[in-house]
Amino acid sequence: MRKAYFWGGIHPKGNKSMSRGQDSLPAPQFKTVVLPMVQHIGVACTPLVKPRDQVKLGQKIGDGAGVCAPVHASVSGKVLAVEPRPHPSGREVLSVVLENDGLDTLAPTMHAHHDHRNLEPNEILAIVHEAGIVGMGGATFPTDVKAFSALGKVDCMIINACECEPYITSDDTLICHFPQEALGGTEVLQWTLQPARTVIAIEDNKPEAIAVLRQILRGRTDLELLVLPTRYPQGAEKQLIQAVTGRLVPPGALPATVGCAVFNIATAAAIWRAVYAGQPITRRIVTITGDGVAAPQNMILRIGSSFADAIDAAGGLLEGTKKVISGGPMMGFAQKRLDIPILKGTNAILCLKHGNETLENPVCIRCARCVSVCPMHLQPLYLYRFTKLRSVAQLTRFHLMDCIECGCCSFICAGQLPLVEQIRAGKQMWKEANQR
Amino acid sequence: MKLLVTSSPHIHSTITTRRLMADVLLALLPAALAGIYFFGLRALGMMAVSVATCLASEALCCVVARRHGALSDGSAAVTGLLLALTLPASAPYWVAAVGGVFAIVVVKALFGGLGQNLFNPALAARAFLMLLFPASLTRFAAVGVRLPAAAMSVDVVASATPLHYMVMPQLPELSLLDAFLGNMPGCIGEVSALALLLGGAYLLARKVITWQIPVGYLATVALLTLVFPKGSQPFAWMGYELLCGGLILGALFMATDYATSPVTPLGQLVYGMGCGVLTVVLRYFGLFPEGVTYAILLMNACAWDFDRILPPKRFLMKRGGRGQ
Repeated sequence: MRKAYFWGGIHPKGNKSMSRGQDSLPAPQFKTVVLPMVQHIGVACTPLVKPRDQVKLGQKIGDGAGVCAPVHASVSGKVLAVEPRPHPSGREVLSVVLENDGLDTLAPTMHAHHDHRNLEPNEILAIVHEAGIVGMGGATFPTDVKAFSALGKVDCMIINACECEPYITSDDTLICHFPQEALGGTEVLQWTLQPARTVIAIEDNKPEAIAVLRQILRGRTDLELLVLPTRYPQGAEKQLIQAVTGRLVPPGALPATVGCAVFNIATAAAIWRAVYAGQPITRRIVTITGDGVAAPQNMILRIGSSFADAIDAAGGLLEGTKKVISGGPMMGFAQKRLDIPILKGTNAILCLKHGNETLENPVCIRCARCVSVCPMHLQPLYLYRFTKLRSVAQLTRFHLMDCIECGCCSFICAGQLPLVEQIRAGKQMWKEANQR
Repeated sequence: MKLLVTSSPHIHSTITTRRLMADVLLALLPAALAGIYFFGLRALGMMAVSVATCLASEALCCVVARRHGALSDGSAAVTGLLLALTLPASAPYWVAAVGGVFAIVVVKALFGGLGQNLFNPALAARAFLMLLFPASLTRFAAVGVRLPAAAMSVDVVASATPLHYMVMPQLPELSLLDAFLGNMPGCIGEVSALALLLGGAYLLARKVITWQIPVGYLATVALLTLVFPKGSQPFAWMGYELLCGGLILGALFMATDYATSPVTPLGQLVYGMGCGVLTVVLRYFGLFPEGVTYAILLMNACAWDFDRILPPKRFLMKRGGRGQ
């Protein structure tokens, strides 16, 4: 067999054991939830409820046209407000605030099917859309749009269970606790896209999850489990496609152009719940971890629960915590406040005691490490240099826009240059220059 | 609680400039010890003078450029040690001091400091000293003469290095084993191939350097001297060409200098090969028996161009494809 390969990458310390290996998953509920109308990439939803309305669990409370994923009430209770609220992106986003009555009164909206093989692909995609499913690994692109664009073009479908970011164990936990949901969702996607080959890709640092998957895949010939040697950013879409199939997705193109489609395993599980249980996305597994939180663990949390409530449920922040990050340590966003909600794509809340502050005068010594780790075959030191020099022409020449911002270069940089930060600034500059 | 907001990533590897420089110093230790063993305590004195001058010059430049903390990265110490290793143990101490000041102030600081210099500071300083004090740099004590550390300058009965014989051209009178161990006249750090290879292996194992430059360099010299030997013993000729002079020191520690070499794997390989071609050309046709210093300095001048000409292959694009 072809050796799984992608160029570059790094081996950061995994730190996954601190949040792994729970026998049961707590599912705490909190008094209020805040549901932003933007939890996906695309058009913002319009609220469908007004203050003082009563809502039921699973009731659609926001929807829109075009590339959009509807938002559902994640608890039953009363609408307290419809107003802009702080959002993990750092902006204020129009949100529906719900008061939880704790009863979980179900909204009788979606139909639970018994067998997905009775459904046409477009019927399945309609269900996926209605359930508000987006890429649960953090990309949050509406899944129905992604799957629709791949219909009839895919010969290899990859279910992404790599979870290559350090610290995060939410997909690992999902596989260990709900393997049937993950497998079921994979089968639904397989039925929808009809690929010749379906691969569940996982990194070898998750032995329990691998054992569980081996068990449920025993005797299956239509589903392949591929255990990859752990390396960041294996779970990045282009790198995973390269590792599994050897194909390279060109800059700016979709995976379907090389006959591939990649779905996160948590997305697959959400699809199963939508089709077989008629449930939209109202909750997800979140890893609350890091040396800054008292009891690192995974939890099932309602969408819209605040970071503060979730951290309290995990024992609270410890003295000396400097950073709270939405997502993982490589690509996550540091937050300045904790009254922000968990979104559909929030796989982790990471609390760190070390700030990783940027140096005052970082100096590039041209050690070439950033070049040797860049999985997109770029030369980050020049992207940094030409961003500082504001040379758009040179940035184009060094393929600035190919960068996926995985963070490998900043991680490895001996001079501790904030490479990714500058490259982001460079992209902004490049876009402005090319609009004119 | 005040939360810190910075851009991702939020973790960093343990690799820092200081650690890399410490690794280079450690890798140079065997060669330095071999130099002291073969040439006496004066070799240690040369290293001390050179390193001290470089550190003092760097401190001065830091103050002038208002860049505090740059002294502690260790790069000036590396430059100082490398410079001393390229000088004969019999050279006056003040020659090393002049070289140290020139390396740090002119070659490094005036070009913008660490990572910005066009030429390798130690080699450029050596070339500068060659120009000003050729007599001090081309007189070597005979094998087994251990020089005292005390005097500012010492008089030695000049002895020919193996490369002097090879200009004749004839094979030198020492065995290949002696040449490998370092039992021959030459500069402090260049004589013992064994010690240098130990240090190089350490750098490769610690991933401080990659294989492309040293292998490209040494393989090119080996091939060219094997195909175009002077005399009737091509393999012996190749052996002496590889082991004598500053070739191994240059290939492992000078050509691999970060600031003055390319960053792309293919660029590094071609760069190393270019160093090899120039070294052989300069040794065969040049004014001096040695060619490593000028070969590497010439290649330094175009190191950054290799990054542009030989970039990594774009993700699904032909080499040199246009940006979107």
